[in-house]
Amino acid sequence: MTTITPNRPPAPPGRDGFSQLLHAEWTKFRTVRGWIIGMIVAILVTAGIGIFAAAGGASQSCQAQGGSVSNGAACRGPALPLGPGGEPVTDNFYLVRQPLDGNGSITVRVTSLTSLLPPAGQGLGATPTVPGVVPWSKAGIIIGASLSSSRSPYAAMMVTGSNGVRMQWNYTGDTAGLPGAVSAVSPRWLRLTRDGDTITGYDSTDGASWTVLGTVRLPGLGATVQAGLFTASPQLAVKSVNIAGITQGGGGTTASTGVFDHLSRSGRWPASAWTGGYTEGDLAAEAQGIGGYRQVGDRITVTGQGDIAPAIPDQGQPGSAQSTVSIYLIGTFLALIAVAVVATMFMTAEYRRGLIRTTLAASPRRGRVLAAKALVVGAVAFVAGLLGAMCAEIFGIHLANSRGSQIFPEPWPTEVRIIIGTAAVVGVVAVLTLAVATVVRRSVAAVSIVFAAIVMPYFLAAVVTLPAGFADWLMRVTPAAAFAVQQATPQYPQVQAYYAPVSGFYPLAPWAGFAVLCAWTVLALAAAGYLLKRRDA
Amino acid sequence: MSQTVRAARPEPDPGAGPGRPPGGATTPAAGGSRFTDALHAEWTKLRTLPGTGWLLLGAIALTIAVSAAAVGAASCPNGGCQTDQAKLGLTGVQAGQAVVVIIAVLAISGEYSSGMIRVTLAAMPRRLTLLAAKATLVTGLVLAVSVVAVLGSVLLGQLILPGHGFVSGPGYPPLSVANGSVLRAACGSVLYLTLIALLSLGIATAVRESAVAIGLVLALLYVFPIVTSVMTNQHWQRHLEQIGPMTAGLDIQTTTNLTSLSLTPWQGLGVVAAWAAGALLLGALVLQFRDA
Repeated sequence: MTTITPNRPPAPPGRDGFSQLLHAEWTKFRTVRGWIIGMIVAILVTAGIGIFAAAGGASQSCQAQGGSVSNGAACRGPALPLGPGGEPVTDNFYLVRQPLDGNGSITVRVTSLTSLLPPAGQGLGATPTVPGVVPWSKAGIIIGASLSSSRSPYAAMMVTGSNGVRMQWNYTGDTAGLPGAVSAVSPRWLRLTRDGDTITGYDSTDGASWTVLGTVRLPGLGATVQAGLFTASPQLAVKSVNIAGITQGGGGTTASTGVFDHLSRSGRWPASAWTGGYTEGDLAAEAQGIGGYRQVGDRITVTGQGDIAPAIPDQGQPGSAQSTVSIYLIGTFLALIAVAVVATMFMTAEYRRGLIRTTLAASPRRGRVLAAKALVVGAVAFVAGLLGAMCAEIFGIHLANSRGSQIFPEPWPTEVRIIIGTAAVVGVVAVLTLAVATVVRRSVAAVSIVFAAIVMPYFLAAVVTLPAGFADWLMRVTPAAAFAVQQATPQYPQVQAYYAPVSGFYPLAPWAGFAVLCAWTVLALAAAGYLLKRRDA
Repeated sequence: MSQTVRAARPEPDPGAGPGRPPGGATTPAAGGSRFTDALHAEWTKLRTLPGTGWLLLGAIALTIAVSAAAVGAASCPNGGCQTDQAKLGLTGVQAGQAVVVIIAVLAISGEYSSGMIRVTLAAMPRRLTLLAAKATLVTGLVLAVSVVAVLGSVLLGQLILPGHGFVSGPGYPPLSVANGSVLRAACGSVLYLTLIALLSLGIATAVRESAVAIGLVLALLYVFPIVTSVMTNQHWQRHLEQIGPMTAGLDIQTTTNLTSLSLTPWQGLGVVAAWAAGALLLGALVLQFRDA
């Protein structure tokens, strides 16, 4: 026998580049019909549940306000005011003011801040009559551009119910000053000085030695500003949570009274008298006879309710079914399950069919195979998550608007972060699942582990309403921490509210929570890479 | 050709497998198609799998651990709180059921992923008998596991809750199996877990692919409570709670404020039973008429 010389052109140069590997994995992925269907299911469940939630939420809020579903716009409540930063705010408090022309300052001594709470067992609208402490009741001095529009910049020095002296500006800014409660024996002196667009706040215990609390630049103050004394008394948002859900308790309208003396001013104050009133005209408060100021000699007493602070979405007040845009993404966990199933099979099918031997023969560098698979499945899942989240948000908001549901307004960067973040979570969970599947090589085990790591903690923390400490812990250490990217409103330390996963507030910052998921994924990938190299396929 | 050959042979006994000679009915001892034999075969298979024991232990451990966490973290600082102690003490069932789902899904889809199903069906051509044997075995195992898990949860709650300031009173029974409604909640939880296992078995039989089966069952269970938690429309919320296997089924754990439920406790358990029966029926049909 003679050797047969092949009558063929020489074999093309070996193609072992990473892009070929990616192409191979992508070909595997797209040619399995079930996996493509799985990804489409992930898109459909996210979008479908979002639209369902929007449709189910809308008619209720409308009924609660006595409107008809067909006429959406008619039963929508008034829009929330927006602050200078574009965030929704509460801007209604009792203010006693005068214009200040040019530069100047205002100094005052606060000797008392007392509050009244609603009697126990009565509705939220009950007139407050029981003495008590409202942690964030405020009495102090304020300088702002107009103080009539929530958009106008301001800075204020105040004593608070149980949070000491604070300097606050433009709703979100907050600096702590002298601690402790205010009383006649332990009064607090407050001073605000204006120099152009710059306002400086001082506090003191004796009116002689002053401490600078902060200096803020407020562009757009204008030549003439409004300045004066104010009192605010936010609603109590007390919720007791039991295993069966949230039960409201002890919340409601409050009223506070601040007592001022030693008022002194410098600069040009053209008006001859003070003007008192609620900044937005609070009909409910005035109907209860709350709100007013009285000057007896040097002593000025200001009583009011309401708040000057960032707004927090729906604190469970009956009738205000105001929800954040993130409830339209409630279907995300279903998309995660669908993506986990597909990503699991993307790896376990190789072992089941013995394809893994071909794959590893074609590309002996096993780490790169894992990387290519992770990239392909992660990218596809990201796109699926993005499409699902976008559909859910766009159709959800549209449906809610057309049916008259109140949606808590968000600045557009937050909405973009929620959508992109959700897509990123879906993508990274696919990679995590792939890594877990590589380690355990069994489908049921992989899907169960990912379910136990992500969906179960989310369910226990956000739905079963386990006690807050346990829920917070779950949402810190498990990969479910990544659900924090869906938090719509920041937690403000200067606003008392029920901050827990069940009301849409997570213990970690959005991208910090996402980083927890990424850390778990990196760990799992490292384990998968190591085992893939060390183990026989 | 083959048709004529087959027609020439005597009709095989319907109970005999294709691998057995004609007239197998005369040697029943060699047959493997009787129900008890099927049960024995299934038991041997399940018993010798390395993961089964761990999963059974895991179901008990997870149920009791989550119940203990819920009971331990629930506090009533001022004392005198009245709450649904049975529901609180049985919180772990909501987590433990996931392990029960895994056990049930593995009972059938493990055979498909390893190709064992072809051997099984060759040995046991009566497919419905096979499914019945699997269902019986899963029922027995899950019943045993659930009794331990539920009893452990109740006893733990009984031990811890009074120390945390929770009291009982009219309409708020103490967490003790001596109480009628608590006994109903506990027994109901055991039945609930068993029905969930049968539901999982049915779906896994119909779906075959283990990853898809487990994903489907878990999604079906958890989608209803998660979606109803954000649903502000009480009308829709009520309907969703009525049809969801988990939301309706767990009504059986409620011992207070029964009027606020969307279904009576036993009706709720009936909903899960209907889901389980439907899933098993679907699984049986698919198993009977599809190639393995």
